[in-house]
Amino acid sequence: MRSADRPLSPHLQIYRWQLTSVLSILHRATGLVLSAGTVLLVWWLVAAASGPDAYEAVQDFLGSWLGLVLLFGWTLSLFYHLCNGVRHLVWDTGHALDLESTYLGGWIVVGATAVLTLAAWIAGIARWVS
Amino acid sequence: MTASRMRSPLGRAIGLGSAKEGVEHWWAQRITAIALVPLSLWFIASIIALVGADLETVQNWVGLPLPAILLILLIFATFYHASLGLQVVIEDYIHTELAKLGLVIAVRLLSFGLAVAGIFAVLSIALGSTS
Repeated sequence: MRSADRPLSPHLQIYRWQLTSVLSILHRATGLVLSAGTVLLVWWLVAAASGPDAYEAVQDFLGSWLGLVLLFGWTLSLFYHLCNGVRHLVWDTGHALDLESTYLGGWIVVGATAVLTLAAWIAGIARWVS
Repeated sequence: MTASRMRSPLGRAIGLGSAKEGVEHWWAQRITAIALVPLSLWFIASIIALVGADLETVQNWVGLPLPAILLILLIFATFYHASLGLQVVIEDYIHTELAKLGLVIAVRLLSFGLAVAGIFAVLSIALGSTS
């Protein structure tokens, strides 16, 4: 059979969105975000090692609206990737792979991500204003 | 003749298929993931505690033995984990051999370079070559 005639699995846009598949692609997306965010981490550390001018530049950027949005996206991505990563580690042991458990675990991940992200930012802002 | 007997004795002993690798990638991804759970939680808690701190305070903190050690471990595990993850993403979506290979090499080199830069920054603060 010519390759063009082979049956294809349905294209992505035909599937109905579901929690499991959305969380799956989000794990990959947040991994990419976190990879990009590592540049920020290294910039911050190298600036701290370089001296006051370099450090002020990175602090100014992180304190700007763009910097804060990136930091928020980074913390949200980190907590999501961490929680869902633990879910993956549980799956690696062969547990919680049935449909009911994958949905339950998925919602736990969503809840834990929201709680951890909010808690981190409330703590950070409280620290900032004090 | 069964399939297993079509493999050379050496091939059977090594146990690797046409991919020429075993489960190292998978294992390294999991081990770095496990390490990153406490390390990244510790890092975020530490950063929150440092909100509003001046450079001297940050340098003093980075220079303490425990934060310095944990930061280096965090950097190492982060870039190891990221390079493995990015490699899988590239292999999944890039199907031109040259582009795939080029990107995987670029990711490896960039990860290694950034990791060394981060670790060097921590060490230079901790060992006092900056004040």
